Amino acid sequence: MAEVVIENLKKSFGAVEVLKDIDLTVEDGGFVVLVGPSGCGKSTLLRAVAGLEPVSGGTITIGGRKVNDLAPAQREIAMVFQSYALYPHMDVAANMGFGLKFAGTPKAEIAARVGEAARILQLEPLLKRRPRELSGGQRQRVAIGRAIVRKPQVFLFDEPLSNLDAALRINTRVEIAKLHKLLAATIVYVTHDQVEAMTLADKIVVMNQGRIEQQGKPLDLYYRPANLFVAGFIGSPAMNFLPGVVVEGGIDLGENGRLSMALPAAASPGTRITLGIRPEHMRIAETAGLPSLPATVDLVERLGETGFAHLRLATGGMAIAEIRGETGLRTGDKTVLALDPAHLHVFGPDGRRIG
Amino acid sequence: MRKPLSAFAVHAILGLYTLLALFPIVLVVMNSFKARRAIFNTPLRPPMPSNFDPVGYTKVFGDSSLPFYYLNSITVTVGTIFFTLLFGAMAAWALTEYKFRWNTLLALFLSIGIMVPIRLGSVAIIQLVAEINLINTLTALILVYTAQNLPLAIFILSEFIAQIPKDLREAARCDGLSEYNIFFHIILPLIRPAMATVAVFTMIPVWNDLWFPLLLAPAGGKQTITLGVQQFLGQYITDWNAVLAALSTAIVPVLLLYVIFSRQLIRGLTSGAVK
Repeated sequence: MAEVVIENLKKSFGAVEVLKDIDLTVEDGGFVVLVGPSGCGKSTLLRAVAGLEPVSGGTITIGGRKVNDLAPAQREIAMVFQSYALYPHMDVAANMGFGLKFAGTPKAEIAARVGEAARILQLEPLLKRRPRELSGGQRQRVAIGRAIVRKPQVFLFDEPLSNLDAALRINTRVEIAKLHKLLAATIVYVTHDQVEAMTLADKIVVMNQGRIEQQGKPLDLYYRPANLFVAGFIGSPAMNFLPGVVVEGGIDLGENGRLSMALPAAASPGTRITLGIRPEHMRIAETAGLPSLPATVDLVERLGETGFAHLRLATGGMAIAEIRGETGLRTGDKTVLALDPAHLHVFGPDGRRIG
Repeated sequence: MRKPLSAFAVHAILGLYTLLALFPIVLVVMNSFKARRAIFNTPLRPPMPSNFDPVGYTKVFGDSSLPFYYLNSITVTVGTIFFTLLFGAMAAWALTEYKFRWNTLLALFLSIGIMVPIRLGSVAIIQLVAEINLINTLTALILVYTAQNLPLAIFILSEFIAQIPKDLREAARCDGLSEYNIFFHIILPLIRPAMATVAVFTMIPVWNDLWFPLLLAPAGGKQTITLGVQQFLGQYITDWNAVLAALSTAIVPVLLLYVIFSRQLIRGLTSGAVK
């Protein structure tokens, strides 16, 4: 396994810059997840590491070796595609051993490595089947098996779970996490699903419009997002944003929305800021001395023990608050919404976190 | 209620067309087994003991040069299929997979060959073939036929190659295959049905052609079977027994080739490759 270092990486398609000065280090044995909305450049970045996409500038180093000008096969990477990309005219064993065959590996060793991968992935009964005779989950495992047998320095996963149904996705996610531990593999993983990102990653990299917005441990990103984009992207339902103006000794969010609280020094009176708070850090109808806002219930979603109340604030905005247990809350109820000051995020006029 | 009716109508039309298309062939085969008088007096009557006469076949198989003519035809046809498929698939792969300058222009240029009949260039072809001393060789025929069939082959195969998921080629690149290995081990197996189609389209006109054998290889024992049959067609007397027998036997090799290729026309070969 090896470390991947990406420095000042640039990529343009004609005049369109899809990757802008990407700096990223994937530690040896690390699991880095690239997340972001469609078109943010995460797949392009992965393909650039794989060598399937030529870059316009910067360097990519794998295991101390600069690989910019190397073909994919020489980079000692293995990629798992969203579409699996199994060779349809070969059986499972041939699919997994195909790369080794062309690398000149002896037959006995190919058989041994394929057998080992098949054992890890529980594919042994399927080795003689063709891809079209497999279910989606089995195909996915074959695709992972094809990556394992090559013993690559780095595994690259391009949205590997997107084509699976919900139950299978959770299973496979757990399997990938176990596999990471078992193989002590260096993994770069692209997804748009933030649950996958949160559960799998050692380090999440949030991308937007070709830039890295923030990188860090999953919970760091969750509790201390660096800017509005990351705050809104990580977490489900998304963080509530309440725009307001800093006033003496507090903040003014609009009608009936003057809250008194301690604000960071950077927020001088008159500054336009955005207050961020996650649904689970708001209480309905229990103010207990906390800063609070009057609100009307718009909709209540119950998921069992927890649920979400969609609220129309008196200040004009909308907010989603988590509810626990039986609250008796109904659409149209007037209530108050308390904000936990320990979990308030303050973002400046440029969207950056100031406290 | 409309559906079975229309299915019936479709089958009726197809059946009628089959009868129409098969009728002359059946007539040729039937009459090839009959005596000369019976061919002319009762052309529609099937061969019976009363009118049976294998003289046509004895003449055809007795002629020492005819087996060579068959062999020539088979060589030319198989050679043409081979080179058309090989170069056609390679060109199609290059034109669809690689982006280079003049890519579109080159594809257009190649497709012009579909629209312009190659026979318009017959004089130039004869001059060229004479210049490089290939008159009365099978090589000349194979070269000309390959050139004639390449445009359509490239056109059809490009469409099929474009449908092969991009991920497959990239997976192969990650697996360390060279571009040639990707072509021979991934692309070719997956476009087999398309290649069979092209082979059938290529085979029949080449097998039946009289024009280029007449121009480029009319002598020296390099005649094809269509040309070889001509020796039985005289200006004043035509040996119909021999002509019909030769035509009947000429169907066999091309029919065999067709059976071989049509077995490859299996659909859904790529299913299971990607989601």
